Amino acid sequence: MDFELSDERRMLAETAERYLAAEYPMARRHKAAAEPAGFDRAAWEEMAELGLVAALLPPEAGGLGGRGEDLLVVFERLGRAAVVEPFLAQLLGATAIRETGAAADWEPIAEGRRRLAFAHSEPGGRFETAHVTTRAVAEGEAWHLTGAKTVALNADAADAIVVSARLDGAAQDPDGLGLFLVEGTAPGLTRRGYGTVEGGQAADLTLTQAPAQPLGRPGQALPVIETVLARGALAVSAEALGLMEVCKDTTLEYLKTRSQFGRPIGAFQALQHRMVDMLLEIEQARSAVMLAAGLADSPGPDAARALHAAKHLVGRVGRQVAEEAIQLHGGIAMTWEYDLPHFAKRLVMIDHLFGDTDHHLERFLSLEGAP
Amino acid sequence: MDLTYTPEEEAFRAEVRAWIAETLPAELSAKVRGHKRLSKQDYEFWHARLQSRTWLAWHWPVAHGGPGWGPVQKHIFEEECIAAGAPRIVPFGVNMLGPVLIEFGSEAQKAHYLPRILDGTDWWAQGYSEPGAGSDLASLKTRAVREGDHYVVNGQKTWTTLGHHADWLFCLCRTDAEAKPQRGISFLLIDMRTPGVEVRPIVTLDGEHEVNEVWLTDVRVPAENLVGEENMGWTYAKFLLSYERTGIAGVAYSKAAVGHLRRVAEAQQKDGRPLAQDPFFAARMGRLEIDLMAMEIFNLRVVAAAGQGRSPGPEASLLKIKGTQVRQEATDLLRRALGPGAMPYVPEQFDEGWNGEPVGPDYAGPLARQYFNMRKLSIYGGSNEIQKNIVAKAMLGL
Repeated sequence: MDFELSDERRMLAETAERYLAAEYPMARRHKAAAEPAGFDRAAWEEMAELGLVAALLPPEAGGLGGRGEDLLVVFERLGRAAVVEPFLAQLLGATAIRETGAAADWEPIAEGRRRLAFAHSEPGGRFETAHVTTRAVAEGEAWHLTGAKTVALNADAADAIVVSARLDGAAQDPDGLGLFLVEGTAPGLTRRGYGTVEGGQAADLTLTQAPAQPLGRPGQALPVIETVLARGALAVSAEALGLMEVCKDTTLEYLKTRSQFGRPIGAFQALQHRMVDMLLEIEQARSAVMLAAGLADSPGPDAARALHAAKHLVGRVGRQVAEEAIQLHGGIAMTWEYDLPHFAKRLVMIDHLFGDTDHHLERFLSLEGAP
Repeated sequence: MDLTYTPEEEAFRAEVRAWIAETLPAELSAKVRGHKRLSKQDYEFWHARLQSRTWLAWHWPVAHGGPGWGPVQKHIFEEECIAAGAPRIVPFGVNMLGPVLIEFGSEAQKAHYLPRILDGTDWWAQGYSEPGAGSDLASLKTRAVREGDHYVVNGQKTWTTLGHHADWLFCLCRTDAEAKPQRGISFLLIDMRTPGVEVRPIVTLDGEHEVNEVWLTDVRVPAENLVGEENMGWTYAKFLLSYERTGIAGVAYSKAAVGHLRRVAEAQQKDGRPLAQDPFFAARMGRLEIDLMAMEIFNLRVVAAAGQGRSPGPEASLLKIKGTQVRQEATDLLRRALGPGAMPYVPEQFDEGWNGEPVGPDYAGPLARQYFNMRKLSIYGGSNEIQKNIVAKAMLGL
């Protein structure tokens, strides 16, 4: 039993923390979010240079990590700085390619020079993993995709997009799915990029006979899609821990400095106890995410249960922390200018990615386990 | 980061499990699991069996008869005992007074009392709370006045758990009424057979007798029964309250309760199928199980940190809060699971040797009663509100 990070991971964490503290203040983050691409290319390159992209990928995908613990370390740090650069999209795209077993030129991917995205969600599909109506049709060796994708993270400015599509079967059929790589420049692909509520970037895709390269052998891609979504759920759960810490620390600082009725508001027991509740639930969420990260590299029912538990709890606690942080601050937290609400918003919106609290509770219950 | 037990820890678990399996009588574990009343002899039997392996005083240093376990071993041991339906270790002598004497007692006190705790000669009870001193324990009023080589004690203690079995009482008394509340308290050992000691039962809301009032009227206590220094009792009391809190989350109890809940929810029916398959009830159970999974890891994180020479400290307060929330939620769902079947109250079924026919299934009788009994968890040992005050001050600097 060992809950400490290995030396290597601690160094990775310190590298990320040092860079973000020095080079990624909130002003730069806001500016990045306002860019047409939705992020700061220079910041992305600098962080990739430090190995933060490579840390997300296993050696066989040109990376230097890729284990649950690596995701935990990197994404928690990204959360602490509310980073908007497309780490998550890169993780999803790269994981999809690797899990299909397809050959790829990994070096530019691991170095962040070739940016990927993952387009799976479709209008009306909510969190249903097998909900795919985009069609994939082969003519000899050539494949073409036709359909619509929605809220594909950072897909607008990606160099290439991994797209899920159906070879045959009805919308919810677990069989008949494939994953395909579509170049950003592909004819028949139109992208409508937009910002997201909390400062990120996503796109809706329309595919009309868009040429696509099959990844692995198309037809049975559902387990790969599940794996990609699970990595995403773990990543944003870790990110949420970083966001929660910032919400907690900022609120605590505010309680100690904001004075009303002639004393710091942190002197009031009603607020103290709510602060303790926040601290306690964050430790619970952290524990659940650590368990999920620790089991992530040995797939099976235990790992799946732990991940569902973690994402469920992150959704529940995330909402509590975000709402309480805003409430304990009062009016100042209602302003765009103040930093805190941007962390709180990301924290809440994470429950809209890769399955919300109810979705993961349902999946958790569907798996038998101890005690 | 490695969230698995080492082979040595797994081997230890197997050893404990095997020993309990061959040592714990089936009738006794059935009583524990069925929430039947345990007799004094039941507790004494189990203490003696544990002591035969030096597994009773597992918080004590090896030099005084402890087994020398680290925090993870203690955690495993506790988990195995509870999972097997072993009686709990009555904590007052072994877990509370013992460590205080080891730390602050005189050589004579250690030599006299510690072996008698281990071999079961003395059953100890705790004299802390008073009718007017609960969360504000330092405001206690029981007076001890020095007269020659005795203290004369007058006052009233309350919530004295299993005090009706006790031979001895460790007792906080005020010896200096002028000093600040925390400065004038002394830690006395009182023989319950001394004239002027009277134990009166308190029947709790579930109809049970477990706690008592202890009335002290002109009780003469030899001065040599003072632990440590006069007026320093608050320090010892706080040491006792903070000592060895790795088990404070009660993870093993919650695991046992959740396992029981699953079985009950499988056995109970709703709309022609097991209650466990009802989406509303299943969702409640699922949330509880997830809280418990997280708490187990949280507990182990704190245990592991303590194992590396760091003290659990105020994190123990967080574990106490969450642990009681989870256990109370489990008892709430157990009660709800029964529907109208939770209503019948047949207390004699918990008596030793009762042979009657229970109303409803065997498991039903204790559940509503347990729910009410377990409300105590968030009140005793420092109420959850007091724990929050501690955390606010110690961890948040508020």
